[in-house]
Amino acid sequence: MTVFTEETRTRAREIIARYPADRSRSALLPLLHLVQAEEGYVSPAGVAFCAEVLGLNKAQVGAVASFYTMYKRRPTGDYLVSVCTNTMCNVLGGQEVYDTLAEHLGVGHDETTADGKITLEHAECLAACDYGPVMTVNYDFFDGVDPQRAVGVVDELRAGGRPTPSRGARLCTLKEMAIQLAGFADEREGAVADGVPGEPSLRGLRLAQEHGITAPGFDPNTPIRSGQAGDKPAPATPAKAAPTGSTAPDVAAPDRKSPQVRTAETRQPDAKTAVPDAPGTKVPVDGQPPAPGAARAAEAAGEAANKPASDAKPAGDDTGAQERNLKEAESTGGAPESAHDKGAQK
Amino acid sequence: MTTPAPETLAKLTPVLTKRWLSPDAWRIDTYEKLDGYAALRKAIKAHPDDLIQLVKDSGLRGRGGAGFPTGLKWGFIPQGDGKPHYLVVNADEGEPGTCKDLPLMTHDPHSLVEGVIIASYAIRANRAYIYIRGEAVHAARRLRNAVNEAYAKGYLGRDILGSGFDLDLVVHSGAGAYICGEETALLDSLEGFRGQPRLRPPFPATHGLYASPTVVNNVGTIASVPYIVLGGADWWKSMGTEKSAGPMIYSLSGRIVNPGQYECGLGITLRELIELAGGMQPGHNLKFWTPGGSSTPLLTAEHLDVPLDFEGVAAAGSILGTTATQIFSDQDCPVYATYRWLEFYHHESCGKCTPCREGNYWMVRVYRRILAGQGTHEDLDTLLDTCDNILGRSFCGLGDGATSSVTSSLKYFKQDYLDYIEGRTAPKLSDKQLVGAH
Repeated sequence: MTVFTEETRTRAREIIARYPADRSRSALLPLLHLVQAEEGYVSPAGVAFCAEVLGLNKAQVGAVASFYTMYKRRPTGDYLVSVCTNTMCNVLGGQEVYDTLAEHLGVGHDETTADGKITLEHAECLAACDYGPVMTVNYDFFDGVDPQRAVGVVDELRAGGRPTPSRGARLCTLKEMAIQLAGFADEREGAVADGVPGEPSLRGLRLAQEHGITAPGFDPNTPIRSGQAGDKPAPATPAKAAPTGSTAPDVAAPDRKSPQVRTAETRQPDAKTAVPDAPGTKVPVDGQPPAPGAARAAEAAGEAANKPASDAKPAGDDTGAQERNLKEAESTGGAPESAHDKGAQK
Repeated sequence: MTTPAPETLAKLTPVLTKRWLSPDAWRIDTYEKLDGYAALRKAIKAHPDDLIQLVKDSGLRGRGGAGFPTGLKWGFIPQGDGKPHYLVVNADEGEPGTCKDLPLMTHDPHSLVEGVIIASYAIRANRAYIYIRGEAVHAARRLRNAVNEAYAKGYLGRDILGSGFDLDLVVHSGAGAYICGEETALLDSLEGFRGQPRLRPPFPATHGLYASPTVVNNVGTIASVPYIVLGGADWWKSMGTEKSAGPMIYSLSGRIVNPGQYECGLGITLRELIELAGGMQPGHNLKFWTPGGSSTPLLTAEHLDVPLDFEGVAAAGSILGTTATQIFSDQDCPVYATYRWLEFYHHESCGKCTPCREGNYWMVRVYRRILAGQGTHEDLDTLLDTCDNILGRSFCGLGDGATSSVTSSLKYFKQDYLDYIEGRTAPKLSDKQLVGAH
């Protein structure tokens, strides 16, 4: 089992500190990015780490990790190549790009080349339809790609090169990218400044500038109309934050509570309400419990009303069967009591 | 390329996009030279209620697709309730066709940060989050940098500009789930859960993030706020139409000469947009298009003159959505396009509600059969019946959105379906894909 480095632990504490003290679970998504940054995927050890630092159990963390596409469940390559095959990119040639890459690399969706360099995936809309067809390497864009260009990019990556994306920063590895996804600044000198704006994003604006068009009548000194409240000076502090950094007063310190209780409390509109699924909590019962016999009677009535077809096919599978059932129901004279009695005798 | 007519050019209203051509507008020094943080200085001297009234007066409606009046949403936040309030910016852009928020956050991140500060001040929130799509790494890089710069300059943190107002802003990256663009799923995801929508009511305005009053707004909505504060409600309403005020970034993609972002007053038509974009590509004739992303029913060449505002598009039987116009020509197949969208909805359904989870799963299979040349006439009834059972029967709009292209393509292009079924069109998918497709 992997032991996470002290640096990762320090970072985990920094991540948790971003959220209100009693709402630490909000840190789960960035923490999963963080463990992925160390291991390249969310391993069982990574799940255990997140569970430990947040006071959750592993099932709770695993349920979240498996929900999101960007958390990989197997070791990944240094570069994640995602090709958009959603409708727009697809009709513009994205499917061809993906198929070519899959054949060239000899891997399918969510698979990694034997040299551990490249993981290939087909992606659903990457929000760059005006640049289609697009692919991304570690989520930075290569615009308007064709099969030849895409093969060129992956070959360069496998040869140890780092092709420059069309927009965005110079490439880093997937693990380095995961650190940024965990919410830490890109520390490479000048990386934030990298990348020129893409022409399609600017087209409307450029057209307006070429023809001297601006939004008319803009006066930045237009006063803000003040209503009754405006006659008084603005309140000094609207609901000042507590100095601890926590703005949520409700749920009490988490340390000794079971994860289930904390989870339920977090989701309760009022933390004082009973938590039905917490161990040892009394669940309020609505009215009288049903008599023991009632369940059997109901079961029998249901059985009688939904006779299985004799050929072992479920009733209602074809229209013929439905009609037969209808006729049967009609011929019994619509007397549910009789069906009930019959069933109860069994 | 032909130059658009002057009256069409005059429909361009660069407001939110106006700094994108300025190099380094993403740096705070440059941003401040271009009116940056002037709106904040002005707003923080005003009473928060006056700001809410200003946004109400401007007629600003949500830019994320639903078009809910923003000022009204802010006004729903109960004041003086003793609970913490939150502002959450929905930057989880992922609706197929939509590509306006990413360039905004990349080229002009401070306008969003400034909008966040003003909006938080108005609704009395001391904590704000920007939930940005995980894959949007370069936009997030610039945005995190902008937030750090704003802290360093005293626009964020304690006692902002000596006003006594405190605000902490966290940029929170998602992890690749389209559903987290749905506001309640986003809140669950931000709380560290699987991103699945919640039952409403209660609404986020009273029980949002951490069961506290929360405003969830789209990037474009919040980025509009500084301009409204500077230019005033009347100026904002001078653009767009009566009920759909202001400028809007139209995202054009597909078979046009110059795809891209065109910011125009609401109510422009597709005919004018295509003119701005240099016309259709040679050899392509418009066949079908989405007015606002793949979740909005398809429109056709008949609808070239429909005003693209909330009311106009609704009257034509579709939805304005995110104004992501994906333009397809007579060389594109509406059946295949719909199939690819359904693969998307099938993949992105969170699995919470049975109609959406199962319905999309099966519809994808029916489409594969039709496209492989093995469809039957009954399949078309099955599709419509399935759509009936999905629409309005799930917690959120994802399932509803999935049915949009199915029912609208069957309405306008039934013949294209019949051509596959009756063998006039060559199968687009092979039997191999039919069996082993992902």
